[in-house]
Amino acid sequence: MARLTEENIRLAREIISRYPKPRSATIPLLHLAQEQDGFVTNEAMEHIGQLVGATSAEVYGTASFYEMFKFEPVGKYLINICGTMSCALMGSEELMHHAESRLGIHMGGTTADGLITLERAECQAACTEAPCLQVNYRYRFRVTAENFDTLVDQLQSGALEGEIPAHGTVAAVRQHIPADKGVGAVAPEDVTEGPAWLDGKAAL
Amino acid sequence: MTTIDNTPEIDNVPPPDPNAVSITINGRTVAARKGELIIAAADRANEYIPRFCYHPRMSSVGMCRQCLVEVEGPRGPMMVVSCMTPVADGQIVRTNTPQVKRAHEGILELLLANHPLDCPVCDKGGECPLQDQAFSHGAGESRFVEEKRHYEKPIAISDLVYLDRERCILCDRCTRFADEVAGDPLISFTQRGNNTQVMTFPDEPFASYFSGNTVQICPVGALTAQPYRFKARPWDLEQRESTCTTCSVGCRTVVQSSRDELLRYQGVDSDPVNWGWLCDRGRFNFQSVNSEDRLESPQVKSGDSFVSTSWADALETVARTLRLATPGSVAILGGARGTNEDAFMWASLADAMGITMRDAQLDDGLPTSIFSYSQATIDSACAGGTVILLAPDLKEELPVLHLRLRDAADKKRIRIIEVSSHESGLTKQAWRSVRAESGTTASAVAALLADSAVAAQLSSGPVTIIAGRANLAESADLTIASVEAVLAAAPTASVLPVLRRGNVRGALSVGLAPQNGKDAAAILEAAANGQVECLILLGADPMADVADADLARRGIAGAKFVVAIDTFLTQSAAHADVVLPAAAYGEKDGTTMNLEGRVTNVVQKITPRGTSRADWMIAAELADLSGHDIGATTLADVQKLMAQRVPGFGATTTSVAIKRDGVVVSMASPTRTPLAVTSAPPRNSYEFRLDLSRKLYDRAVATLTSPALAGLAQGASVCIHPLDLERVGAAEGATVRVSNNHSSIVLPVRASESIPRGTAVVPFNQPGADIRELIRHGESVVDVRIESM
Repeated sequence: MARLTEENIRLAREIISRYPKPRSATIPLLHLAQEQDGFVTNEAMEHIGQLVGATSAEVYGTASFYEMFKFEPVGKYLINICGTMSCALMGSEELMHHAESRLGIHMGGTTADGLITLERAECQAACTEAPCLQVNYRYRFRVTAENFDTLVDQLQSGALEGEIPAHGTVAAVRQHIPADKGVGAVAPEDVTEGPAWLDGKAAL
Repeated sequence: MTTIDNTPEIDNVPPPDPNAVSITINGRTVAARKGELIIAAADRANEYIPRFCYHPRMSSVGMCRQCLVEVEGPRGPMMVVSCMTPVADGQIVRTNTPQVKRAHEGILELLLANHPLDCPVCDKGGECPLQDQAFSHGAGESRFVEEKRHYEKPIAISDLVYLDRERCILCDRCTRFADEVAGDPLISFTQRGNNTQVMTFPDEPFASYFSGNTVQICPVGALTAQPYRFKARPWDLEQRESTCTTCSVGCRTVVQSSRDELLRYQGVDSDPVNWGWLCDRGRFNFQSVNSEDRLESPQVKSGDSFVSTSWADALETVARTLRLATPGSVAILGGARGTNEDAFMWASLADAMGITMRDAQLDDGLPTSIFSYSQATIDSACAGGTVILLAPDLKEELPVLHLRLRDAADKKRIRIIEVSSHESGLTKQAWRSVRAESGTTASAVAALLADSAVAAQLSSGPVTIIAGRANLAESADLTIASVEAVLAAAPTASVLPVLRRGNVRGALSVGLAPQNGKDAAAILEAAANGQVECLILLGADPMADVADADLARRGIAGAKFVVAIDTFLTQSAAHADVVLPAAAYGEKDGTTMNLEGRVTNVVQKITPRGTSRADWMIAAELADLSGHDIGATTLADVQKLMAQRVPGFGATTTSVAIKRDGVVVSMASPTRTPLAVTSAPPRNSYEFRLDLSRKLYDRAVATLTSPALAGLAQGASVCIHPLDLERVGAAEGATVRVSNNHSSIVLPVRASESIPRGTAVVPFNQPGADIRELIRHGESVVDVRIESM
């Protein structure tokens, strides 16, 4: 619950080195911090500011723009139920009511054991599969009350441990770009050639 | 019949300006320059376009959309944002068509949708761009009937600034200022969409030295300054344009008062000086003028306490002392806090009475020989080429000069080379920043200039040296030696002297400069030895300001009779035999001179406190009582005399009252005494070299007596490198003993990586233990031991 750990500082430095300007790494580092603590702590934002050469206020300004960065503790599993048009027509309102009574919390709340947080979300681009929800951003389609209860049972019993990592983990496999494979951190002002796909033609 | 040949000779025709373009605004042809924005061209042509986010001293962002205008395009007229669209030759712009009017009304309705419309209780009401433009460009009715956005309000985002997010229209002026101009991006837009709001980081206040400017440029009442909240309505304020004399930058201000009480200073845009910005110290220390602790009547020492007396009695006592004093035994210290007229009259009195012991500085400035070099201006330094900083941290001492240099470096007009003992506010902007321990700056400069890249940079354009006392525990000769080291490599370089007090250059120029090399330290030494029968302190407080505290104490104690002319009963004035109350800033008219030698006017806005009067009047009275006819009984007389007698003054400076930007006076250059080559003794490896540098907020009288600023001084401490802290064996925040063979004091210790190993930085004149006990005048540098307790 704090600044980045030693290992994450090492990763942070690697991420920063991919960009021509250190502050371009702000968002990847915020993901790293959220992965470490489950949410983005004030201490982590201060630390990221120091690492990328920005003030805490600038890091906070950037982070708070994004819905997926949380500044309060959330459960191990974050369930986002879509409430936009298609899902609403297909019964997401009832699904939310069911979820609230099943878990004994209101939308936006977290179960007492800290396992599940419930949130209402905007369109998740799965309108053909309405109503849909996400568990730590992993989809569940055409969700019925029974499906939802099964999902909660599985989450509570730990049956989905392998499939769905804890909230904050961006991917099960961490991106690693070996130094010799990277394009290097070329400052935009130093770029003289157009990208290869332009094939020598002027842009636009 | 003669024919007059009107055809100009071909040679006389100037080549057409390749950057000139001609545009049409509302049917009028307007000359503009390539790259200029439509809104700027329209401003020059007196075609007002409403705006909120546009500010001529900051980059354009097109945030508020209020400045929409119609521009004729290939497919007919189209709406463009005039603060983001540059002019083009032949462009046809209309700002008054029905479409434009409709757009302006629509944007205003949108901006007002969530605005609380609490103008009757808002400090901005009456001078509010939103209110004014809602009347001039709005529809008058809103269709928004829903519940408005609500936030907790107001919240203090710093000790000085309060934020009301409901009034905010998200124009990005304050956040842009904090980032671009001040370089302290401690406020930022947070959240998104309908919830977007300006905020600080949780628990990290907007503690910028320039925070007051955001209040001034806020186009609504969202940001208010604590010292002015609910104090007055704009229509009750009277104002006069003046010059800030808090430091020697000389920023242009308006002094605003109501019912004979100073209530607010606002920055005024003077192109060669402050661009409209002020630092918070200069902006808010008007409170000091209104302080309850001001001296109101003359005081005469009776036993251990003071007794109020009449001016006649007090002046007669002083005049008698002056009459009876042995010739050559009277000394004047100070004058840098007053106007040129004050200093000139005291210098004239001193001339008439044969007083040669005088100094406007308190052993904390530079010898007047600094004026003998080719002199730079702020504009010339920021125009291009290289700026070499051999100066204290300008952010702490001359904050608005810091802003100007920061801007020039950011826009890549200049390259800054900094040689300093620790990092400063401009280190990030510097092209080269070199650490040199105090006492070794000159050799570090010489080594740096030997570098071929640096030499190439210096020869590529003009060079400006910004020179000042970076370390008050280091001899001024070492600063001059560093300047000489630069001049050896760049002989055409010009110098901008960093002098701290408001009118120190003026006072030195009109006659309060030391004579025969007898400066403040020598005068105090003479006083300590009983050779001064009357010491006149002209707004000077040696016991607080002279780096050698012991010398100041002995000097004041040794002087047989001390006269203090001051606004407050300062530490030194408390030891005086007669204290005369002086009129403060805002209570007297006159002129002042900034560090460039620029003369501008200062004005009287309120009645002087009690019976206090301007310093020059006191000098005139004393001259009269002592039988000397100086020939000046009014301020106009003084200015006339000054114009006649002071080289450089004259017709040009008598007209400054009507000139915002003042006049830069070119003075006769003083003779330069050859500098004895001084080198500081080497430091023992177990000792620390003391670096005594000023912070913006300290125990200065005007800061201490301004309630809004009094609590901002950080307090005395000693700051060293983290590895040195480990070596000393103390924890951060613990107290350590700082000592040398003169004295020993106890201070809390702090660690900072911005300080090189072996250097100990102690801020000057902070509340707490006084480091000056360890300093002796005449020692070129001071080394100290630091031991954990």
